[in-house]
Amino acid sequence: MLSYILRRLAVALPTLLLLVVVSFLMMQLAPGGPFTSERPLPPEVLANIEAQYGLDKPLFEQMLRYIGGILVDFDFGPSYRYKDRSVNDIIAAGFPVTLTYGSIAFVLAVVIGVSLGIAAALNHNSWLDYFAVGISIGAQVLPNFVMGPLLVLVFVLALEWLPGGGWNGGKWQHIVLPVIALSTSYMASIARLTRSSMLEVLHMDFIRTARAKGLPSHYIIWRHALKPTLMPLFSYLGPTFVAMVTGSVVIDFYFATGGIGYFFVNSAFNRDYAVMMGITILFGSLTITFNLIVDLLYAWIDPKIRY
Amino acid sequence: MRFSLAERFSIFNGWRRTEKDAWTPQELPAGRSLYADARRRFLRNKAAVCSLAVILLVFIFSLVGQMITPWSNEEIDWEIMGSVSDLGKPSLTNGHYFGTDDLGRDLYARVVQGTRISLMVGLVGTLIAVVVGTLYGAISGYVGGRTDNIMMRIVDILQSVPYMFVIILLLVVFGRSVIMLFVGIGLLSWLDMSRIVRGQTLSLKNKEFVEAARASGVPSAVIILRHIIPNLLGIVVVYATLLVPNMILTESFISFLGLGVQEPNTSWGALISEGASSMQYGTLWQLFFPLFFFVISLFSFFFVGDGLRDALDPKDR
Repeated sequence: MLSYILRRLAVALPTLLLLVVVSFLMMQLAPGGPFTSERPLPPEVLANIEAQYGLDKPLFEQMLRYIGGILVDFDFGPSYRYKDRSVNDIIAAGFPVTLTYGSIAFVLAVVIGVSLGIAAALNHNSWLDYFAVGISIGAQVLPNFVMGPLLVLVFVLALEWLPGGGWNGGKWQHIVLPVIALSTSYMASIARLTRSSMLEVLHMDFIRTARAKGLPSHYIIWRHALKPTLMPLFSYLGPTFVAMVTGSVVIDFYFATGGIGYFFVNSAFNRDYAVMMGITILFGSLTITFNLIVDLLYAWIDPKIRY
Repeated sequence: MRFSLAERFSIFNGWRRTEKDAWTPQELPAGRSLYADARRRFLRNKAAVCSLAVILLVFIFSLVGQMITPWSNEEIDWEIMGSVSDLGKPSLTNGHYFGTDDLGRDLYARVVQGTRISLMVGLVGTLIAVVVGTLYGAISGYVGGRTDNIMMRIVDILQSVPYMFVIILLLVVFGRSVIMLFVGIGLLSWLDMSRIVRGQTLSLKNKEFVEAARASGVPSAVIILRHIIPNLLGIVVVYATLLVPNMILTESFISFLGLGVQEPNTSWGALISEGASSMQYGTLWQLFFPLFFFVISLFSFFFVGDGLRDALDPKDR
């Protein structure tokens, strides 16, 4: 097990490093420096400012400084657009918001998705089953950026039940729509996967044996069927997490929650590369860490995994 | 386990020969190839056939739709501009079949144009994924050993990168253009394809016909191109069909954020975004017309993909 953990780390860490280096180099390739503007500064002033930010140093040294800053002080450097804000400030302002509704959406998607999938499989070919299948097909073509406007249309403009955006310190009224918009399509795909996995498991020999022994059906489902059903879903958690992180950009943007995606899109418009890089690296490392944890958990739960 | 097309074909033939040993040539039924079989199965799937028809119609719409409107996608109708929510409604009399957008531009022409871009992104992205992914996966699987290990580690690493952020970073750094969109999407779309192809190649490469080719001295490159890849076709086609809607979704996602193609070009995502941002003024047609095309096309692509999978891979259910 230990060697497996080490091997996984041996992939994860270079990945992270690669992400940092590539995004750093991409930023260097970008036309124009961070201080070029329509009214060019006198060259002496520009040189002074660049010296202050360390931009006159060789590329390699700049990169080392950047990576060192992240590793040692968790410091992503200053923003290139807002004088009084560092990338850290922006992350500190936006991340809690995104994390709040993101984790609610993630948990909801998994819990409701799995329950719906199991219920559909247990009532195979009933109205519930058709309902679950119908939803999961429908949700495939209703991604978060379509769900968002449709929800706003119904619940904000037509019914006037909920506010159409903003965060307001995380009042529940402001959380409901982002959570629904973000989780629906993943909920549906989790439900579909659970359903087909459960159906497969229910047709296996050991379930038939359990039934033949006369075990009560709830016992069969809880003790025998549930674990092998959920096993393949484990590997879907990683991609779901990534998709949710990505989707949060749309949610932050559309609902103006002030989450981290909002700053990402804004900095993309402003060409504030430092912020974009910081957020990309943050989300990249989150993704890689999450995948690592899921893989290790999977290896721990499933004895069939060889490491 | 999954059988390759070639393998299933041989099983099928072998079975037929032993069952009906006494067949004379005249009695042989007209030969039915595996692909003919697949076509029959596909055509029996009504949802898939209808979806295919819908896709064709959307295609035709994007190609010739511009001919039946007097408006171009850039022209601003000055009479309507400023009072779009009253005068910009869909109407046949003033030629704005789908109404106009916020600026008074003809929505029909813009939808035609957006459909063209979205479909193009979907198809080109998929094409890149198919070519790169198939070659990469086939080479990795066929060569095996350390090469395979390294090539797959690279895929592992690239796959754990949050690709949407990288695409946006690319678009911002190198300028927003359709070409850059293709590069960004193509750069990361082939990863899944290469995995699937590699898995399939591993099971193919020890088959007798590959062994025979190797024994008669065919070089590896030729074996991959002539013997491995044709046998991967089924799975590649199925996966590619399912990839098209995903590419379109990716592009729409980026365009929805306003970071995709630039005006006057547009795409479904950008049009949906525009419609969504102006719906509080009651101009719902701006949301619903692009959304309609988006939804029916994605639906159809998914259904055709499912239908193809059932047709080409009936065991995989």
